[in-house]
Amino acid sequence: MNIAKNMLFKKEIIEPSDELVKETFWQDVFKSLRKDRMAMAGGTIIALFILVAIFAPYLAPYNPYEVSLDLQFQKPSMEYWLGTDMFGRDVLSRIIYGSRISLLIGIVPSLITMLIGIIFGIIAGYFGRKTDFIIMTVSDMVLSFPSLLLAMVVMYTLGASLLNIFIALSIVGWAGTARVVRAQTLSLKNKEFVESARAIGVKPSIIMIRHILPNCIPQLLVLFTLEIPGSILSEASLSFLGVGAQPPASSWGLMVSNGKEFLFNAPWVAISPGIAILVIVLAFNFLGDGLRDALDPYLKQ
Amino acid sequence: MNDASTILEINNLKTYFYTDKGVVPAVDDISIKVKKGQIIGIVGESGCGKSMTSLSIMQLIAPPGKIAGGEILFQNKNLVGISKAEMRSLRGNELSMIFQEPMTSLNPVYPVGKQVAETLLLHNKHMKKAEAKQKVIEMFKMVGIPEPEERYRVFPHQLSGGLRQRVMIAMALICRSKLLIADEPTTALDVTIEAQILKLMKNLQEEIDTSIIMITHNLGIVAEMCDYVYVMYAGKIMEQADVYELFDHPKHPYTEGLLKSIPRSNVQQNKEKGLYSIKGMVPNMLNLPKGCRFHPRCIYAEDACREVEPDLVDVGEGHLVRCIKYKN
Repeated sequence: MNIAKNMLFKKEIIEPSDELVKETFWQDVFKSLRKDRMAMAGGTIIALFILVAIFAPYLAPYNPYEVSLDLQFQKPSMEYWLGTDMFGRDVLSRIIYGSRISLLIGIVPSLITMLIGIIFGIIAGYFGRKTDFIIMTVSDMVLSFPSLLLAMVVMYTLGASLLNIFIALSIVGWAGTARVVRAQTLSLKNKEFVESARAIGVKPSIIMIRHILPNCIPQLLVLFTLEIPGSILSEASLSFLGVGAQPPASSWGLMVSNGKEFLFNAPWVAISPGIAILVIVLAFNFLGDGLRDALDPYLKQ
Repeated sequence: MNDASTILEINNLKTYFYTDKGVVPAVDDISIKVKKGQIIGIVGESGCGKSMTSLSIMQLIAPPGKIAGGEILFQNKNLVGISKAEMRSLRGNELSMIFQEPMTSLNPVYPVGKQVAETLLLHNKHMKKAEAKQKVIEMFKMVGIPEPEERYRVFPHQLSGGLRQRVMIAMALICRSKLLIADEPTTALDVTIEAQILKLMKNLQEEIDTSIIMITHNLGIVAEMCDYVYVMYAGKIMEQADVYELFDHPKHPYTEGLLKSIPRSNVQQNKEKGLYSIKGMVPNMLNLPKGCRFHPRCIYAEDACREVEPDLVDVGEGHLVRCIKYKN
C-alpha cells in the first residue's frame, strides 16, 4: 500500500515535466504573442503587405508606369481610388508595385546587416582584447557618423541602384547589431556551460557557432524586426533625397519626393505613399515590441 | 622518479593573476600528487585558490591569469605549455571536470542527451551518431537517470538540479576519463540529493577506476569520500595528510579551527558555547601578511610567526604541515 502510494506520488512529480516536453520554445513564444493584440495587428498588416507585393500584377488596377498626360492630377474617385500623379499614373497601382521595393529593401539589407553584425560581434566578444578593440573602434566610427549622410556618400560614390542601396544600408547598419551581439557574447562566454564546453575540449569556432549564437537568437529576432522598418525609412529618405530608387521604378520614398512639389494642389500624390510607409513601419514596430515582450522571460534568463 | 600508479603530479605550481592593482598569487607554489583510483580532497575557505588549482590543471585559466611556474604532469606529460589542440584532445577525454552550478553548466538551447553525445563525438571521430546516442543512454542509466531514453531529448530547464548534476557527471565520465576534477559538485544541491550524488560518484569511481580530485569546503564530504586531503589557505597548502590522520590528529591551527567549526548534533553544547568560528577573514591576496599567512587569525600566533614564513614540514607517515610549531 505504502509502495503504491509512493509510486503515485512519483508519477505526479514526473508528469508536469513530461507535459513541458510537449511545448517547445517557439510554441510558448507564439502563445504569448497571440495574446498581444497590437503585435497580431502588426503581423497581419505585414502579411497583407507581403501578399500585396507578391500578387502586385493581379491586384493593381492599372499599369503603374503608363503615362497619360490628359489624366494628370485626377482627384481620388471611384475610378482612381487614390487619384493620379503628375504623369497621370494611378497612385494606388504605384503604391502596390512600390511595396515590392520597400519590402525588399526592408528585409534584404536587414539580413545582410544581421549577418555581418553577428560575425563581427561574436568574434569581438569572444576573443576580447585587441580583436575586440579593433572591431569596436571601427563600429564606433560607423556609429558616430550620421547614418543617412554616410549612406548618401556611399550612394553617390557607387551610383544609384537597388544593389547599391543594399550595400549602403548594410555598411551603415552592421555596427548596431555587432554591439548587441558582442554584449550578449560577453555575458554568455562567462556562463558555466561555455566553460564546461571548453572543459570537454570544444574548439573556439564551434563554441561560438553552437553554444553562443543559438543563445542570442531571441535578441537577434527582436533586433531584426526593428531593423526592417529602419531600413524601409532609410530607403525612403534616400529616395526622397534623390539618391535612392530611380524613376520610373516606384518606391514609396520616391513617390513622396515627387509628390512634394504638388503638395498644395494635389496632396494625395504624396500623402498616400506616406501613409503606406507609416503603416508598414508601425506594423513592424508593433510586431517587434510584441516579440520582445513574448521573448522577455527568455531574454532575462 | 614517477611510479606508474601516479596519474597526476603537480610540482610547485604557481598561478598568478596580473591585475592593474598588482600580482595576485591565487595559487602559490603548491604540489599535489594523485594516484590511480585515489580520491583526493582539496579543502579551504572561499577564495583560497581551490578552484584556480583545478582550472590550472584543465589549462582553463583566462587572462589576466597565467601559470607563472611549476609543472603539471598528467600521465608523465607536462600540461604547462602544451599546445591548445593537444590540450583539447585531453579535455573531456582523459581529463574532465564537473562544475559547481548544475543549473548553468548545460547549454539551455540543446537537449541534454545531445550535449553528452557531443563529448563522445568530439573525441571519437569515427563514431556514428546512433552509436553515440546508444552510449549516452547507457551512461544515463549508469548515473541513475530515470527513463534515460525520454530524458535524452529533454532540455536542461526541464530537469531538477540533481538530475542536471547527474547529466554533468555522465558528460564528464562518458569517455571514461582517467582523472575527474569535481569543483564543489554538490554545493548547489540540497542535502539528500548531495548524498545521492556523492554515493554515485564513489560508485562510478570504483567502476570506471578513475581518480577524483574533490574540491570542497565541506569537511563532511572529505571525511566521507576522500583518501588523502590537502588543506589550502590563501593560495598555499597548509597541511596535507591521510584522511584519518588529518581528522584524528590535525596539526595545523587552521585545520584544527576548521574541524572545530563543524556544527555538532549535541544541542546542549551548541547552546552553551555557540558555534565555533575562526576569527577574521581570508587575507587580501594583494596584500598578504608578512610571515605565516594565517598568523592574524591564529590563536597560537607568536612573534616568530609574524616574521618567517614556515616551510611544509614532514611529520611522518605522509603527514605534512606548514607551521612554525613543527620542525624536521
